[in-house]
Amino acid sequence: MIIYVPMDSAAKALGADDVAATIRSEAKVRKLEVQIIRNGSRGMVWLEPLVEVDTGEGRIAYGPVAPDDVPALLEGRMETLGPVEEIPFFARQTRLTFARCGVIDPLDLADYAAHGGLAGLRRALAMTCEEIVGEVTASGLRGRGGAGFPTGIKWQTVLGAEAPQKYIVCNADEGDSGTFADRMIMEGDPFSLIEGMAIAGLGVGATRGYVYLRSEYPDAIAVMQEAVARARAAGVLGARVLGSDRAFDMEIRVGAGAYVCGEETALLNSLEGKRGVVRAKPPLPALEGFFGRPTVVNNVISLATVPVIFERGAAAYARFGCGRSRGTATLQIAGNVRRGGLFETAFGISLGEVVDDIAGGTASGRPVKAVQVGGPLGAYMPREKFHTAMGYEEFDAEGGLIGHAGLVVFDDTADMLRMARFAMEFCAAESCGKCTPCRIGAVRGVETIDRIAAGDARAVPILTDLCETMKDGSLCALGGFTPYPVMSALIHFPDDFATRKEAAE
Amino acid sequence: MNPASQARTPDDDEIRMIIEELRSLEGPLLPMLHRIQDRFGYIPPNAMPLIADALNITRAELHGVVSFYHDFRAAPAGRHVVKICRAEACQAVGAARLAEATLERLGLGWHGTTANGAVTVEPVYCLGLCACGPAAMVDDKVVGRVDEDRMASLLAEAGA
Ligand SMILES: Cc1cc2nc3c(=O)[nH]c(=O)nc-3n(C[C@H](O)[C@H](O)[C@H](O)COP(=O)(O)O)c2cc1C
Ligand code: SF4
Repeated sequence: MIIYVPMDSAAKALGADDVAATIRSEAKVRKLEVQIIRNGSRGMVWLEPLVEVDTGEGRIAYGPVAPDDVPALLEGRMETLGPVEEIPFFARQTRLTFARCGVIDPLDLADYAAHGGLAGLRRALAMTCEEIVGEVTASGLRGRGGAGFPTGIKWQTVLGAEAPQKYIVCNADEGDSGTFADRMIMEGDPFSLIEGMAIAGLGVGATRGYVYLRSEYPDAIAVMQEAVARARAAGVLGARVLGSDRAFDMEIRVGAGAYVCGEETALLNSLEGKRGVVRAKPPLPALEGFFGRPTVVNNVISLATVPVIFERGAAAYARFGCGRSRGTATLQIAGNVRRGGLFETAFGISLGEVVDDIAGGTASGRPVKAVQVGGPLGAYMPREKFHTAMGYEEFDAEGGLIGHAGLVVFDDTADMLRMARFAMEFCAAESCGKCTPCRIGAVRGVETIDRIAAGDARAVPILTDLCETMKDGSLCALGGFTPYPVMSALIHFPDDFATRKEAAE
Repeated sequence: MNPASQARTPDDDEIRMIIEELRSLEGPLLPMLHRIQDRFGYIPPNAMPLIADALNITRAELHGVVSFYHDFRAAPAGRHVVKICRAEACQAVGAARLAEATLERLGLGWHGTTANGAVTVEPVYCLGLCACGPAAMVDDKVVGRVDEDRMASLLAEAGA
């Protein structure tokens, strides 16, 4: 009997390590032949620790499993959720980037290869640089880190640059609240990121790569470091990638707790050992990036999606999606939700379907008040905007942004003035300090919102003006987009900005 | 990465060894600072001139870098560090109340350490546990769906 117990940090945070240890000891007592595999997470976080038992007839799910449930689990007396892939939340997905996550042993390279891994890299090794970049362009892949910039165009720029050394830098800073797709894939299928970076290296002529991984993710750091060591030992990385005459190697670097280092140029400064201050563009990192050399900076999900594009072909990937948003979105459903977790699906699904239907509304059972989409710099979407389709242009048209595709759900007890204040406070705390509207404006923003809270209605137009100034006068999206959550809260939930005043009168 | 490692006063040779191990990296400064903090629990003052000299940067520059990042400490923390997530997804499920209650119970502000030196409490902006908040981390161990009772037992285990 094979028993799968996830080693994903969300599963661990809910007790998966204790469950695995109890299974081991209880199986021993019962003299049962049990092989425990620590897989990644299937992404159904409300069911974690989600344990799968395979007795030869497919993987049957149980969850959430507590250590106390283990005797019943081993004796076949625990209530089952049925075959794991038939759980509706899972069955409704289109899993391309996350096809292997939760399925395989994350650190078993043979298991990885048995599930389609390395097929993309092998194909890329037989292609020219131009063909590789062309394939990415044809797939329609856009950056999943926030801005949605076409990945193929970025790679083309780096390919076209002449330099003695080029770099692939993976942005694994994942600072946005409500996002955990990067963490999940790094913990659950780390070789897909390594393979994606190797293909990127072949495509643009870069032989060195770095993953800039946030320090708040100790589990992901450990898994990635081990995966890189194993990939190197197996010849996937190194002087001769898969026995070819092409070289690519990479290292894991740990961030140091600064949100702004998720911004690509601040990230490069940090990687170089400097303060994580944003650089003015131009020059583009694609031309003058890490130590001034041409550098691809891509998000984890962008890079981890590259292998499946090469395995199945650009056209097969581009077949999914809507409008100019091709392929799949790896939605992260978070906050106050009944069914939270990772949901990968073709772009085009509506926000309302995700929140009401897939997530099943709030965990508290109260009405949904707002959904913040796209992290701390994303707008609060009220129910009136639930028709909005998950697509870059579609969200933009509704005054929002998809960002890294995290959705944070709030019930009707949320105080939107307080959330707006938090957005300003966060911006003030995390500002790199380069532009005045961001550095000083955010501090003023907090004060102005406090005035509104104290009943001063004249402060409302001041807040609006301040947001305009921040939007226009900021170098990067930290100062430039903080107005999104603030203004969306103010516009869509005016009552939360008025009640105290009226109460005071 | 492990702020709760034993804080001790390092001698220069130990620090020099760490510097030597890492100085051939491209961009060695953050890896050095992390390893020094992992080893000693903070960035000891005597490390600063050694690093600055090895990397050929001024002490002022180095100080600018170290102070920019939230992770690096100028003084040792308590024996355990408890981080409580303050980000939006955790706020949506009551993290602000949890944080307030925890600090009040311990009589501390953020970054404060209990009188017995057992626990330092720090804010963190997202642990990637956004579908099972409120989230916390005790040293390197993640914990989800933390309520006040759970926090009380975590603190007790840590000796607060
Ligand atoms: C303040 C700020 C924080 C950001 N944080 C991240 C992050 O954590 N991860 C990420 O991939 N991109 C982040 N970005 C976007 C990056 O600057 C950049 O667009 C991205 O890494 C490019 O990769 P992609 O094209 O694959 O998305 C951030 C941007 C800003 C302005
Ligand atoms: S907007 Fe803020 S974070 Fe961005 S460059 Fe300006 S000061 Fe730095």
